[in-house]
Amino acid sequence: MSAISASEKVDGFTRKSVRKAQRQRRSQGSSQYRTQSAPVELSPLPQLKDAPSTEQQELFTQKLQQCCILFDFFDSVLDLKSKEIKRATLNELVEYVSTNRGVLQESTYPEITNMIITNIFRALPPSDNPDFDPEEDEPTLEAAWPHIQLVYEFLLRFLENPDFQPSIAKRYIDQKFVLQLLELFDSEDPRERDFLKTILHRIYGKFLGLRAFIRKQINNIFLRFIYETEHFNGVAELLEILGSIINGFALPLKAEHKQFLMKVLIPLHTAKGLALFHAQLAYCVVQFLEKDPTLTEPVIRGLLKFWPKTCSQKEVMYLGEIEEILDVIEPTQFKKIQEPLFRQISKCVANPHFQVAERALYFWNNEYILSLIEENIDKVLPTMFGSLYRISKEHWNPTIVALVYNVLKTLMEMNCTLFDELTSSYKADRQREKKKEQERDELWKKLDELKLKLCGQERKKQTNARV
Amino acid sequence: EEKRAGPASTLYCADGDDSLYPIAVLIDELRNEDVQLRLNSIKKLSTIALALGVERTRTELLPFLTDTIYDEDEVLLALAEQLGNFTMLVGGPEYVHCLLPPLESLATVEETVVRDKAVESLRKISQEHSPVDLEVHFEPLVKRLASGDWFTSRTSACGLFSVCYPRVSSTVKAEIRQHFRTLCSDDTPMVRRAAASKLGEFAKVLELDYVKSDIISLFTALASDEQDSVRLLAVEACVSIATLLPQEDLETLVMPTLRQAAEDKSWRVRYMVADKFSELQKAVGPEITKNDLVPAFQNLLKDCEAEVRAAAANKVKGKRLNIMLPFIRLIQYTNQHVKSALASVIMGLSTILGKDNTIEHLLPLFLAQLKDECPEVRLNIISNLDCVNEVIGIRQLSQSLLPAIVELAEDAKWRVRLAIIEYMPLLAGQLGVEFFDEKLNTLCMAWLIDHVYAIREAATCNLMKLVEKFGAEWAQNTIVPKVLGMANDPNYLHRMTTLFCINALSEACGQEITTKQMLPVVLKMSNDQVANVRFNVAKSLQKIGPVLDNNALQTEVKPVLEKLASDQDMDVKYFAQEAISVLPLA
Repeated sequence: MSAISASEKVDGFTRKSVRKAQRQRRSQGSSQYRTQSAPVELSPLPQLKDAPSTEQQELFTQKLQQCCILFDFFDSVLDLKSKEIKRATLNELVEYVSTNRGVLQESTYPEITNMIITNIFRALPPSDNPDFDPEEDEPTLEAAWPHIQLVYEFLLRFLENPDFQPSIAKRYIDQKFVLQLLELFDSEDPRERDFLKTILHRIYGKFLGLRAFIRKQINNIFLRFIYETEHFNGVAELLEILGSIINGFALPLKAEHKQFLMKVLIPLHTAKGLALFHAQLAYCVVQFLEKDPTLTEPVIRGLLKFWPKTCSQKEVMYLGEIEEILDVIEPTQFKKIQEPLFRQISKCVANPHFQVAERALYFWNNEYILSLIEENIDKVLPTMFGSLYRISKEHWNPTIVALVYNVLKTLMEMNCTLFDELTSSYKADRQREKKKEQERDELWKKLDELKLKLCGQERKKQTNARV
Repeated sequence: EEKRAGPASTLYCADGDDSLYPIAVLIDELRNEDVQLRLNSIKKLSTIALALGVERTRTELLPFLTDTIYDEDEVLLALAEQLGNFTMLVGGPEYVHCLLPPLESLATVEETVVRDKAVESLRKISQEHSPVDLEVHFEPLVKRLASGDWFTSRTSACGLFSVCYPRVSSTVKAEIRQHFRTLCSDDTPMVRRAAASKLGEFAKVLELDYVKSDIISLFTALASDEQDSVRLLAVEACVSIATLLPQEDLETLVMPTLRQAAEDKSWRVRYMVADKFSELQKAVGPEITKNDLVPAFQNLLKDCEAEVRAAAANKVKGKRLNIMLPFIRLIQYTNQHVKSALASVIMGLSTILGKDNTIEHLLPLFLAQLKDECPEVRLNIISNLDCVNEVIGIRQLSQSLLPAIVELAEDAKWRVRLAIIEYMPLLAGQLGVEFFDEKLNTLCMAWLIDHVYAIREAATCNLMKLVEKFGAEWAQNTIVPKVLGMANDPNYLHRMTTLFCINALSEACGQEITTKQMLPVVLKMSNDQVANVRFNVAKSLQKIGPVLDNNALQTEVKPVLEKLASDQDMDVKYFAQEAISVLPLA
């Protein structure tokens, strides 16, 4: 500890990012379960563009079949020549389906999908780092990426080809295909998840028959994530797709969609790694509320139910989401939820963690929220007053105290009479609360005594009975 | 009938005071706005029930609880647990079915912990139902849950079949089997997982014929489910099922599925086979083990996925050594996970192998593993040193041990550092004070200024244990001066560490050192500009007070605490006042 930086002198803690830099080492994993025993040597086929047009289709098929051979990328020097041939071929295939018309004949669909399935559908490897923390650690990257990337690219171009016909493709891109695709969203490699996101989005757009199935499977993935494993890498990507799906929901919303909101999206807020997908999640929630404002009350009640009790970072995120919701709330809906909501906000304002208190107090910088508060000052002020008044005297952080003074001033200007009443009754109210607490203590004491007495009697009776 | 009610209501009437605990007051407590208070009341639900008596508990309290089940999961969890012990409070077994409605609702909530607890309570009170009540009240509940709309109630149902099956009529038994079958092919994977995880348990209560006809087909179907998370649970069930079947049926009914699982395309399923290997081996008997399982096991040890190999390697300890020694030698060539798993078991082998074999076969491995690049491997060796120490003595290893320890002590992962700290007292004891002073002392002091609190805390505790081992005089010469020196550190966290060390060391160091060397430093720190340091001074004074003599307490500690008690910071005041009230200050 020779040189102590200035910032460390102030708060004593070294920055996480500085420490993190010391220990990162990129790691790679791969998961191709190799059943092939002997390595197959590839020999290059002629270029598609050089072949006469009558033979092109046949050559296309041959190349697709050639690309079904898988290679071991753990050993980086193994089969170098063949790996390079496959890479070049894949590149050529990508080029071929994206620039040419009329290449997607019905007979090639099974060959194309077979090549894709063989290459990308695999059981994902166990995480290299058993206590992998997506917020802290570098992900394990897919070692076979030089090939897999091109296969994803090819799949995307295939789906986007103007000649692509969902009516033929649906025989191959079916429920089982989608299910396996969805499982890959658990990949630790962000590059892979990014491709998957675009691809799933395309499939959702083009295959109407698969839409309900896809939504249901995403549902299941989320439920498993929330209630069973607490681990799934692709939550943010799936939510991003859902964001645009929700956007397209017809009105009135189906019961199925409302259930998804209340039973899946709201409980998702309880996840440990919320920070990784909170932005996308809040976007989905707000989308729902913009579609159907009557959902506001249950949504806010849901958030209040799951409000974090010990994690300050999460609390800040919840407050951010509440502000996003308040930005679009209808005044009639606000009235329905204002009391429980402001009870929670008043607790946040009084939070000893200054970031939580600060985030809650920032609500008073929002013009629209201010107008809602002003309109309902007779309800909001009594709910908030106790906390604000106490904090203005007790909070350890001077910034918070200053902010609280401003908020109190704003509230006072909204309804001076009520403010004065609350100030003068503050002491009496506290005393009444204290008294109530004493009464509760006494009630419980009496109940406990009664319990002892009863249990004693019971025991005596049993002894007597035995005698 | 009222007269026969339990003891509570007898007393209740005897007191003749109906207004003493009106239900409204009690229910108000259960409805309090503050979650913590609500939780407290729910945890004392049995007291409330006692106060109400059995009659009103049945007619008023339970309906209230059933109607108001929308609360925080923590409250629901407490409720689900309480209701499992409520039988006497509702009037004994003949009324136990009154508890079913609230538990039924609890068994449908989303939160797994709550649901599981509700199912646990239901299982418990199912035993208190008479056979008639079981058919009239309990079994219909199971059926309702099994055909619920939302997946949660169906998952809960899976855990209830096996408790009622043995005690109902054969018609109802047939219905239960049918329901279980349906849930095994449920649309939702969560339900299939729940069914698969209860398959073994359910098989155990079924008649053998039905095991063969029903369970086997369900087992085969679940073991080839599209989701690997379902398939791997079937492997678990395989253990129970195989135990139930006669040897001659195993080959045809179970083995094809098990063989398929050992070669499943998902590593999770193969992992499960490796992990359950010992149990499977016992369940299928020696003949099949030899012909089928051992080859499969050897494949798992060579699996392409490290996790699977590691799980298999963990099972090595129980196996005969002549089969396993070649595999142990393999570790030089395999992956970290396997090495790490093996490292944790091979140390245990030394007691089985004896001194000569250990030196010949294992010592070279230990030494190689102490130089392994993976910290977990090294740590596993060091953390199991005591086994080797008993057999060959630690000196054989000390030359290789030191660099390994030093490197682990500075590992980037704080959990690794924490683990090695925890072995320090043991190592110090085995290596002796000289070796320690020369090589390890610096490390122990460096941990005190680690940037992770848990490490600083463990380092403090470590010093205490070392002083207990090496004595107060050693402490005075080696560690106390360094600890006290940190009181002047510009970083307040390090200054606080001085206080934490003093808290831990004062007792072991004794009155003399505490009064003459430590106390002056603590008192001086009461002027620190950081409030956290000042209130820790108050806490330290409270802690070391009992070690000091009365004179020091009155003349030195008391004035400082009084000064701190009028500090401008709330917390400093609080802890100073607390210390004053606890210490014997006149």
